[in-house]
Amino acid sequence: MNPYPVSVIQILSVIGSFLLILVLFILIRKKRLKEEYAILWIIFAVFFLLLSLFRGSIDFISGIMGIHYQPAALFLILFSALFLLMLHLSIVISELKTKINKLVSSLALLEEKISRIRDPDKTSHTEDQN
Amino acid sequence: MNSSVMVLLPAFNEEKNLDSVLSGIRYHLPGTRIVVVNDGSKDRTREILEGHPDITALHHPFNLGIGGAIETGFRYFLQTSSRFLLRIDADGQHPPAEAKSLLGPLISGQADTVIGSRFLKKEGYQSSLTRRGGIKILNILSAFILGQAITDNTSGFKAYTRTAVESLIEDFPHDYPEPIEVYILSRKGMRIVEVPVRMEERREGLSSISYIETYYYLIKVLLTILVKHMIGGKK
Repeated sequence: MNPYPVSVIQILSVIGSFLLILVLFILIRKKRLKEEYAILWIIFAVFFLLLSLFRGSIDFISGIMGIHYQPAALFLILFSALFLLMLHLSIVISELKTKINKLVSSLALLEEKISRIRDPDKTSHTEDQN
Repeated sequence: MNSSVMVLLPAFNEEKNLDSVLSGIRYHLPGTRIVVVNDGSKDRTREILEGHPDITALHHPFNLGIGGAIETGFRYFLQTSSRFLLRIDADGQHPPAEAKSLLGPLISGQADTVIGSRFLKKEGYQSSLTRRGGIKILNILSAFILGQAITDNTSGFKAYTRTAVESLIEDFPHDYPEPIEVYILSRKGMRIVEVPVRMEERREGLSSISYIETYYYLIKVLLTILVKHMIGGKK
């Protein structure tokens, strides 16, 4: 006899995981999510789908981790996934902020250079080097 | 001497202070190259700058914050042949008359960076009690980490040699430029000297840090310094 009879929650979690994967693919297709940033999401979505399909896997994982109460293992996995995603986003934001700073700074310098080319009478401090 | 000095003013919504600050610089530091970084001001700062053709204005399309404005000024400075960079706030807190004392140690080759400290002689505007408390904590920490007592870590009234600017631009501290700059310069072996200056209370408008934010700022600065110190950073 199957020790894991199909339950409503299992069906719901399979549907939920499928929906997540579907939404991710739609977002990537519409170019609203870059593949580079979707990778972690897809990995976790597929992982959750596998967990939902094979209910014994949770027992197996919690057994390895020494957790007696299986839902606690599930929460731990979920929190770890969210934690990793947030860390990833923080890294991306930091990189973007550095790039934006450089870009804005370069833009201001170029704008000044252009205004000087257009109006040669304007005070120039950099002409002695350029 | 003055032609080798570039005066940098980061400005954000300073329409009310800019004219008088610029006149003060022209009067007390004649012949210097004045560069204003307009950090995405929403008021008439841009128009006012256009009325000063002798001044170089660098406009950010939106506000980056003080660190971003200083970085742009630093990058401009490195494109020029100027030897010294003097930073003065555009809000009127830093009297240009005091600026010469900042340049002295640079010209005589005694220092790579000079900080104008309002606490060395305790004259002029001394900041609020809350902020002074915050500054005191920063000073104790910097003395402990750097082995050099700096009395005004948050002062933006500063002068630098090209070497000092070059050493900062590599990894510019955008978020809290003043105290982190001191830390980076000291770690890179730059000679930091403090000179006493009088500061004024800002004339018009609002300060970039409200009173409520003072201690939040302090905690973030302390954490940044500790993290940088523990990781080691680039020497």
